[in-house]
Amino acid sequence: MTVAGDIPGGQAPSRAWLVPLAGRIEGLALPVAALLAGFLAFALFLLLLGKNPLEFYSLVYKAGFGTAFSWSNTLSRAAPLLLAALCVAIPARLGLVVIGGEGAIVLGGVMVGALAVPLAGWPAFIAMPVLALMAALVGGIWIGAVGAMRQWRGVNETIASLLMAYIAIALMNHLVEGPFRDPASLNKPSTAPIAEAFRVGNLPGWNVHWGLAIAVLSCILAWILIERTTIGFAARIAGGNIRAAQVQGLPVGKLVIGFTALGGAFAGLAGYFEVSAVHGSANASLAAGYGYTGILIAFLARHNPLAIIPVALLLAGFEASSGLVQRRMDLPDATMIVLQGFVFVAILASETFTGRLDLVGWLTKGERS
Amino acid sequence: MNMAAMAEPAATYTKPDSAKGAIGIETVGMTMRFGSFTALDNVSIQVKPGSFHALLGENGAGKSTLVKCIMGFYHATSGNLLIDGFDGDVRDPRDAHAKGLGMVYQHFTLVPALTAAENLVISRADVPAVVNWDSELKDLRAFMDAMPFRVPLTEPVHRLAAGEKQKLEILKQLYLGRGFLILDEPTSVLTPDEADEVLGHVRKLCEAGELSVLMITHKFREVTNYADEFSVLRRGKHVGGGKVSEWGHSDMAAMMMGDAKPAEPASRIETSGAPVLELEGVRARDRSGLGEISIASLSVRSGEIVGIAGISGNGQMELMEILTGQRPTSAGTIKVNGSPYHATRAESRRLKVRYLPEEPLHNACAPRMTVAENIAFRSFEANGADTRFWLAPGEMRRRAEHLVADYKVKTTSIESPITALSGGNVQRAVLARELDGEVDLLVISNPCFGLDFTAVAEIRARIMSARNTGTAVLLMSEDLDEILELSDRVLVMSEGALVYKCIAAQADIPTIGQHMGGHA
Repeated sequence: MTVAGDIPGGQAPSRAWLVPLAGRIEGLALPVAALLAGFLAFALFLLLLGKNPLEFYSLVYKAGFGTAFSWSNTLSRAAPLLLAALCVAIPARLGLVVIGGEGAIVLGGVMVGALAVPLAGWPAFIAMPVLALMAALVGGIWIGAVGAMRQWRGVNETIASLLMAYIAIALMNHLVEGPFRDPASLNKPSTAPIAEAFRVGNLPGWNVHWGLAIAVLSCILAWILIERTTIGFAARIAGGNIRAAQVQGLPVGKLVIGFTALGGAFAGLAGYFEVSAVHGSANASLAAGYGYTGILIAFLARHNPLAIIPVALLLAGFEASSGLVQRRMDLPDATMIVLQGFVFVAILASETFTGRLDLVGWLTKGERS
Repeated sequence: MNMAAMAEPAATYTKPDSAKGAIGIETVGMTMRFGSFTALDNVSIQVKPGSFHALLGENGAGKSTLVKCIMGFYHATSGNLLIDGFDGDVRDPRDAHAKGLGMVYQHFTLVPALTAAENLVISRADVPAVVNWDSELKDLRAFMDAMPFRVPLTEPVHRLAAGEKQKLEILKQLYLGRGFLILDEPTSVLTPDEADEVLGHVRKLCEAGELSVLMITHKFREVTNYADEFSVLRRGKHVGGGKVSEWGHSDMAAMMMGDAKPAEPASRIETSGAPVLELEGVRARDRSGLGEISIASLSVRSGEIVGIAGISGNGQMELMEILTGQRPTSAGTIKVNGSPYHATRAESRRLKVRYLPEEPLHNACAPRMTVAENIAFRSFEANGADTRFWLAPGEMRRRAEHLVADYKVKTTSIESPITALSGGNVQRAVLARELDGEVDLLVISNPCFGLDFTAVAEIRARIMSARNTGTAVLLMSEDLDEILELSDRVLVMSEGALVYKCIAAQADIPTIGQHMGGHA
């Protein structure tokens, strides 16, 4: 690093290696600080309600992470959250804020519920991948359409994806209550239960379905795509400055449509696991809000697919503890949504500190007078 | 001057209390540290009441830091600011305004859709909830009448020429009762004539004792013609200054540069080559969507620089967008080396076309990505003639280190985000990326905008040496001196069309100026 010595002010060349480190520390410190700030603000909120915040957080720990049973509860919720977060994080690397993953989850699930019936006689090892791929395809087309509208018609992707989520939920209700309704589902209109042979089982030795492993693998693959391939690099250029990408002749339109479609495909896959591993048929339970919690997870993870894994576990633990907290502390069921709201505001506020902390200076404090 | 007295009795305009004519400013031992970096080191500068003081220095010398300390954007680590000899503790920009200190920025801060009158009134600190426009206009006319120069009050600002806007910026400061003005490169968006007019008026205001001025500039011509004193900063230190009449340009340059030497301008070798870039009958919509860009014919040969002169906003930006494939054309052909060109990545690689857009940080870089990554934009997927799927971070780093050293890009680390670099170093990094390897066609827009003269000389030398080795260069610039220094042929662009052409060596500046202004 001969160049570093030329800096006016004459910083020691030894500081150069601190720059990437400082970037990483900042990338970790800001979301963690935001998370803690959100928890603290929520603690004040609990105090206002006359509840004990310490009791709340210890209950969350117990119900989310305290026992083997709570872990399996947390982990099976983590699977759809991981995939839903990817639906936000992947387009976000292109600078697109897509918040309608819920729609892709719902439609992916309906696809599985509807298609499982005609496929009933097929061997499972063919039918299951077909169902999974079709769910991913539906999700990919749904969110890819958001990208296409953005690219060709300049439609704001955030609003389009959110509104399309409502359309998707309405479409699901129509299909589940109409054409695909199982006459046997009386109280809760559902599609016909999928064949037992097509049900996704648990990971060997775990009380958690295979969806978790596939979701973690998806996060790792998404990270490799973004950070280690030339396609991901082109996408990061376009996300960093679209004009620079255009001047470089990069295929911005293909990237926009491809990345939104990929994100949607992961969300569709979440719908597949919800139906084939959890509910057994497609019904209104598909719209459980995983798509929206996924937004929070992706932002907390700063759209880094690897960071999504721990963040999704944390948020899944909170969701898993929701029932216990309601019963023990007599809190309303919206409590967890309020907590998520506090954390979300904190993480958005923390973005303003990006690049403003003089970490290199702080790390070398004392090195020079 | 008492403006109220000059107005009709009914006019209610009174000067703000702070307006007492010219205000003198002095910084005493001003020091500003950012972490371990000392941006200003014990700087003492005195601007006497009614003087026109030029502040010189290379980029990164501390000029902006100094004026930001004066205006209260920063709080100096140590040292004092004296206003008219008294301790002036400026807490923030609002406080600075209340004490009669004002600043005119490099770029306009007027609201384009509002009229001059509306812009003036809304800039006041005490705009009433309901504005009585009749009486305000009457007051403003009285104010304008008392000024040595005026602008049309009821025209929307976007219809004013750049020179008029800059005059309005200065009038706004006077209207607000400022007695001390900082001008930050005030003429960078003006034609030479406009610059002379505006600075001439400012100088008269100084001589009349209305105003003291501290002007940041890179142009020595403006220093000698208008300033009476100057100060030079280098690496945060005050290294010299005095009366303008007693020092020559070379002395000032020596103070700014210290022992550093600017690159010698590359000599122009005789070249003659085949046409590389050819445009025929190209038409496209302009930015507003109302006008049209129409290039009847344009060709650039190998080994020549074709300069396109013109006042900003006459279609240069659109032409750049057409050539980079960002703006669809409705007619015509663009050819590079005889084959049709649509600016796709494959074509620009095969035909060796490179670009240097203006303001590279905003148009050619991803600000938060690292220097190494930004340098890799052109080549990250190239693997000889093939394309690669996996990124090669090791190779990327080696190339970046090599180019950063070759082009003398000053950065703490190649892993620093490129936005942390100064303007000159961003331009060096982008130039390194675009000039690396064989280049058949280089399209450039305002390459030296806002750069100090060491960087300017170096970047122009790079462009010239590319030309000398057979690159065809199309140079669009608002700086006529730059066009005349670099070009072999000069074209003038006005209202979306190329309206005049000549050989650079035989160029007649007044003729070019008339064509630029659309008066010929």
